[in-house]
Amino acid sequence: MNRRSFLGLMMAGAGVSALSTPAHALVEININKGNVEPLPIAITDFVSNNELGAQISQVVAADLQRSGLFAPVNRAAFIEKITDPSKAPRFEDWKAINAQALVVGRVSREGDGRLRAEFRLWDTYAGSQMTGQQFFTQPENWRRLAHIIADAIYERITGEKGYFDTRVVFVSESGPKTARQRQLAIMDQDGFNVRTLTSGKDLVLTPRFSPNRQEVTYMSFEGNQPRVYLLQLETGQREVVGNFPGMTFSPRFSPDGQKVIMSLQQEGNANIYTMDLRSRTTTRLTSTAAIDTAPSYAPDGARIAFESDRGGKQQIYVMGADGSGQQRISFGDGSYSTPVWSPRGDLIAFTKQSGGKFSIGVMKPDGSGERILTSGFHNEGPTWAPNGRVLMFFRQNAGAGGPQLYSIDLTGYNELQVKTPAYGSDPAWSPLLE
Amino acid sequence: MSRIDTPAMSRMQTLARNPAVIALTLALALAGCANKKNLPNSAGDLGLNGAGSATPGSTQDFTVNVGDRIFFDTDSTSVRADAQQTLDRQAQWLQRYPKYAITIEGHADERGTREYNLALGARRAASTKEYLASRGIPASRMKTISYGKERPVAVCDDISCWSQNRRAVTVLGGAGM
Repeated sequence: MNRRSFLGLMMAGAGVSALSTPAHALVEININKGNVEPLPIAITDFVSNNELGAQISQVVAADLQRSGLFAPVNRAAFIEKITDPSKAPRFEDWKAINAQALVVGRVSREGDGRLRAEFRLWDTYAGSQMTGQQFFTQPENWRRLAHIIADAIYERITGEKGYFDTRVVFVSESGPKTARQRQLAIMDQDGFNVRTLTSGKDLVLTPRFSPNRQEVTYMSFEGNQPRVYLLQLETGQREVVGNFPGMTFSPRFSPDGQKVIMSLQQEGNANIYTMDLRSRTTTRLTSTAAIDTAPSYAPDGARIAFESDRGGKQQIYVMGADGSGQQRISFGDGSYSTPVWSPRGDLIAFTKQSGGKFSIGVMKPDGSGERILTSGFHNEGPTWAPNGRVLMFFRQNAGAGGPQLYSIDLTGYNELQVKTPAYGSDPAWSPLLE
Repeated sequence: MSRIDTPAMSRMQTLARNPAVIALTLALALAGCANKKNLPNSAGDLGLNGAGSATPGSTQDFTVNVGDRIFFDTDSTSVRADAQQTLDRQAQWLQRYPKYAITIEGHADERGTREYNLALGARRAASTKEYLASRGIPASRMKTISYGKERPVAVCDDISCWSQNRRAVTVLGGAGM
């Protein structure tokens, strides 16, 4: 499925972008340099005859600012007022306020009710257009439209895919700790458009997206039988995954979407199994008198990271997709759990317990290069943004209250709360649709 | 059982949001006292005032006079000596009242990750089941379920609460029956 046609959003590629001159860009951000200085960028209100123009530019600015790579220039400092975004701006006015990049745009209503939106990204020092695109969509998709524009700007300037037009499934929690209600919920990555997916009657945990973003696999205690389920997001249809003789938990999709990998509990032991969603055949991958759980595939599907206490404490192991060559990779102080393989394949994120603290960190798939990104009373359950640059996780502070969602980039400097209406845990970031 | 015979007032107030939990905690605290022989008249008084009229063979009788839960050490699933005494009483009682099937609910404290704690709770339920089986309770009468760290009974940020949450609770005719 095409990313642009998903939810009926159309891009007219030949439109504005044909006007752009492929100039050498002075403006660029090299993410690989580590703690980069955010790029000053002016994001003007899109020209429009209602408030939507300002709203779209605010969502674009918020996305770019939260990435930590951009510093939107205070709009009170703007000198030029953009009235016609198809004309070249007065670059001197923007250089004067140190805006190295400039975003202008227009949004209007078509005769058939659709929104028409266009934007241009200017390099103010080179005096050239870096990109320009035009979109048509239903009015209710305006936030999504803004995220797609932010992605285009991010990609043009950093050379990396953006992650703003994505969603997050998570567990929405409410009520006191001793009687906590938990519901599956889905939202945009910036915390907007929250929608609950289950009633709250049954305890639900660990939702994970399918690669095509259409399904979620999760664990539910429905009927006091804790098992792994599959939920179709569009239809709300649910089904149990497999017919296992015990609790199944900690599910995740294979990168091709054809399998669900999970743990099966039998008496005191948990082992890892896959179920092929087409043939319904199950395959056992681990066979230990231990707790083997939290499996996560490498993006190429060839290897699987998981946690096991077979050596005493929980540690991270890696094995082949057929269960071969199981090898421990975590050797630091404390215990390691919830390994999640980066979509880029270069890192494995984890939860680490050490010295009474819970940390989120990353290591290379061979276990080297461990880096702790954040540490505190309780941080748990990282999930990767689809470009592999940002992690989301949940944090429970000491004292009353419940868990909250946070994001942090790989530098560890840009940590932000993702505000949700209720408490939130177990976030899982959606992939991008290409 | 002796581990929760004097719950702190602050915790009791926290728990008071859930009447069922506080009633149970009180009942257990009283039952704990009842075992201490040096308290004069305690057993008789409690039979009347604390536990009410716990009909022999009733759920209340099991919860109050036998003790429905055992506790575990951090990250451990082995049945401690004090827990063995509780389970011995449970086994005797269950043999006297064979009409009951049971569900053993395994729980973990919050100082672990979610997936691991689900398995840890299952392991605790399994070791409890194994112990009861060794005391003559047929496996066909017993089911297990794990709630991981998702169903704490005590809420605070230190060991006094965590130790109460690392537990296996024997529920008569419980989940799934």
